[in-house]
Amino acid sequence: MIKHLLSAADLERAAAISILDTAEQLDRALAGREVKKLPPLRGRTVVNLFYEDSTRTRTSFELAAKRLSADVVNFSAKGSSVSKGESLKDTALTLEAMDADAVVVRHSYSGAAHRLSEWVRGSVINAGDGTHEHPTQALLDAFTMRRRLRDGVGDLAGLHVAIVGDVLHSRVARSNVLLLATLGASVVLVAPPTLLPVGVESWPVDVSYDPDAALPGCDVVMMLRVQRERMGASFFPSAREYSRRYGLDQTRMSRLPDHAIVMHPGPMNRGMEIAAEVADDPKRSTIVEQVTNGVSVRMAVLYLMLGGAAGVDSGESE
Amino acid sequence: MSLLLANVRPYGGELTDFVVDDGVIAKIGAAGRVDELLDAQGAVLLPGLVDLHTHLREPGREDAETVATGSAAAALGGYTAVFAMPNTDPAADSAGVVEQVHRLGQASGLVDVQPIGAVTVGRAGQQLAELGAMADSAARVRVFSDDGACVSDPALMRRALEYVKAFGGVIAQHAEDPRLTVGAQMNEGNVSGRLGLAGWPAVAEESIIARDVLLAAHVGSRLHVCHVSTAGSVELIRWAKSKGWAITAEVTPHHLLLTDECADGYDPVFKVNPPLRTQTDVDALRAGLADGTIDCVATDHAPHAVEDKETEWGAALPGMLGLQTALSIVIETMLVPGRLDWRGVAERMSVAPARIGGLAGHGRELEVGAPANLVLVDPDSRWTVSPAGLASRSRNTPFAGRSLPGRVVATLLRGRITARGGAVVGDAALEGAESDAAVSA
Amino acid sequence: MTTAARLPAASVLTAADVARTIDRIAHQILEKTHGAHDAVLLGIPTRGVPLAHRLADRVGSFEQVSIPVGTLDVTLYRDDLRLHAVRPLGTTVEPAGGITGKLVILVDDVLYSGRTIRAALDAIKDLGRPRAVQLAVLVDRGHRELPIRADYVGKNLPTAPRQKVRVSLAETDGVDGVHVLGPDEEAK
Repeated sequence: MIKHLLSAADLERAAAISILDTAEQLDRALAGREVKKLPPLRGRTVVNLFYEDSTRTRTSFELAAKRLSADVVNFSAKGSSVSKGESLKDTALTLEAMDADAVVVRHSYSGAAHRLSEWVRGSVINAGDGTHEHPTQALLDAFTMRRRLRDGVGDLAGLHVAIVGDVLHSRVARSNVLLLATLGASVVLVAPPTLLPVGVESWPVDVSYDPDAALPGCDVVMMLRVQRERMGASFFPSAREYSRRYGLDQTRMSRLPDHAIVMHPGPMNRGMEIAAEVADDPKRSTIVEQVTNGVSVRMAVLYLMLGGAAGVDSGESE
Repeated sequence: MSLLLANVRPYGGELTDFVVDDGVIAKIGAAGRVDELLDAQGAVLLPGLVDLHTHLREPGREDAETVATGSAAAALGGYTAVFAMPNTDPAADSAGVVEQVHRLGQASGLVDVQPIGAVTVGRAGQQLAELGAMADSAARVRVFSDDGACVSDPALMRRALEYVKAFGGVIAQHAEDPRLTVGAQMNEGNVSGRLGLAGWPAVAEESIIARDVLLAAHVGSRLHVCHVSTAGSVELIRWAKSKGWAITAEVTPHHLLLTDECADGYDPVFKVNPPLRTQTDVDALRAGLADGTIDCVATDHAPHAVEDKETEWGAALPGMLGLQTALSIVIETMLVPGRLDWRGVAERMSVAPARIGGLAGHGRELEVGAPANLVLVDPDSRWTVSPAGLASRSRNTPFAGRSLPGRVVATLLRGRITARGGAVVGDAALEGAESDAAVSA
Repeated sequence: MTTAARLPAASVLTAADVARTIDRIAHQILEKTHGAHDAVLLGIPTRGVPLAHRLADRVGSFEQVSIPVGTLDVTLYRDDLRLHAVRPLGTTVEPAGGITGKLVILVDDVLYSGRTIRAALDAIKDLGRPRAVQLAVLVDRGHRELPIRADYVGKNLPTAPRQKVRVSLAETDGVDGVHVLGPDEEAK
């Protein structure tokens, strides 16, 4: 297994599938059990280093680590030395002194997880860095797609996935594009031209400006959060126009194939990129499921990165 | 005191001897009696290098660089004159500050430190600084720039271009439209899209250059374009020059060698403004420098303290060290591939920058009577860049670990040796400050 | 097959022996548990799982009793996780009706150091609280490192530590049989 998880590109096909398979096993191992705890990370320390508020991701990692019996330390930017101007490097040295086995880092700067991985001995897991990547989100999304549409086994070959919204500023989109390509799915990015990055033509995706043209053939529609503040920077004229042109409402949803699912990494802007009745659709919406699956997938990542001997490559040793 | 430079090859030509006496070149060819001998063993002799674009950080950030340490780096890099950018704290926007920098340069005595004055008060782009007072000061300022910031207001830029004509000045523009580069972190392109870093589009540079060459033509003024970084900029400047307009331009060594792919891994040592661009841009810059569209190489030597670089990319300050590596990079990218000969190197790194900046004593032809501002280069010797081995107070070289051709054997300022064999000569405080000298054949 | 193929392999149990041995263990379970009415079988992957199913099958053929069968993956409870590269996980399937209050019979192919069984006992503790736990193995090759013994043993097989015992089952290996691999001069 890899030492750090900084980008979805760090995962080759076999490694990605191994994470999804392990998540399935862990999910089954804990299903319906009285004691929701497994012992393999006993005595290991996982530090959650969150420079941005994200209760959802932090608690997901915390629960995942605790269910594997790791000790969890939460470092949040609020009320700690990191909010008093301590540099990332100094914080890294502090973590070194604590002998952390893994650091889960969320940071507003792209590349912060890369930098941190150069300064600590433990494993670094990127829990979202700026507008760069959020690989465990992509893993839980792939896990959810695989469960819903591929019976929880194998890869995602042949799956058609639309990612709709603010791709330019989305770390979720970047990680999903990379991982979905690795797993064999085909991806179409749907967004106004202002919210697509320059150079998107070098990505392994198709691009469309028109959801009504792109969505009807898709098995999965992933809606991205669009921040209203982008309006001020002229990425689009108004929330109303954005919602009308790119939002997922009942009408657009009704044109999807019967089996298609609707995903959203959260937090949602109901009424902006996604209509409330779409988000709550019991058949198509996987939004709550994604949160549940997040714990299993993060358990799998932690187990595979910390569960064995450090520095020993896979390959059975009986 | 007379000094014989034996076995030199002026502009890489035939072996000969130079006698330096009383600060000038006294004789070329067979020497008579001299006080001191320096056997150059076939090293190439060039006029001392001139850097139009150096950040010496003093006053304000003496933890990153001082006039003295920057001067040492310059002497070790083969320079005899450097132009100090005004983005200090306080900014060099008044006669008082430029005179202070000028005095500090004279005190170090290793290179001529020629201050550049700010175009606007506090480099804020709102109101013209007292350009005339700086020109009249003891520092005799002739080049003005808000470098680090663009004079983006077109009306203000026009007035600045006009105003400095009164005393033969030139505006050196940092071409960057601030509205197109809000939050920008690196070149906008495939790599920025992949890395999730906000892009600095080429058009933000090119649109300002296009506007400025038209403004300069309109008011009949000189314009100097700092650190040209894109293929489009080269095209615009080529076009402007074809019109006969008084436009000059510089390129940095790092833009001649490195591309935005360096940002992979997010090491801010590769963060710089303007950003590293693509290989297409690098190729266009080399071609532009070769054909004279770009007049000169300027280092944009920008020292930064460790805490401003050992951080997240987005929090790091932009800039790279350059004084001690510039000549080697030019040898590697221009001389070795045959784009420039030694005369061309002298023209781009000494003659042209001295002419643009109005430094009469530098960049002179190697002839009897010229001031003995000289550099001796061993072109065949390679060295490996080690950040800790550089004379700068900072360590932010993007070339760490890179093996480069060409070592400075000695630098002479008005006949006095300022650097020799990789060590500074003459300033007690800095003596022993060594350049990186890991030599391999 | 790769390393094993290079070692001399001695047949210990033939396919017919394996079938007879399983039959005997099935009878012993019925006898010792007085009809196996509250028993459940938990097979430890890989080969403990088909063994558990065969045992349940045989017990059911001798008397009118249906023993629930489950699978217990003990990977996460092993004490040597940190000594090896990370191990892939197997599946755990709780037997119908769960294990709480039941007589759990763990089933594995070979009993050796006892560490796998210790891990299984820990794993069971997290699944529920059985009335009692017993252990059935096809082969006991000795060299215990923990105070653990089997309640049902198909064959006691003295081996040298450097030897390997290979159990083959039709479900996993295409054919039934037990072989000892490696030189036997150190066998005690």
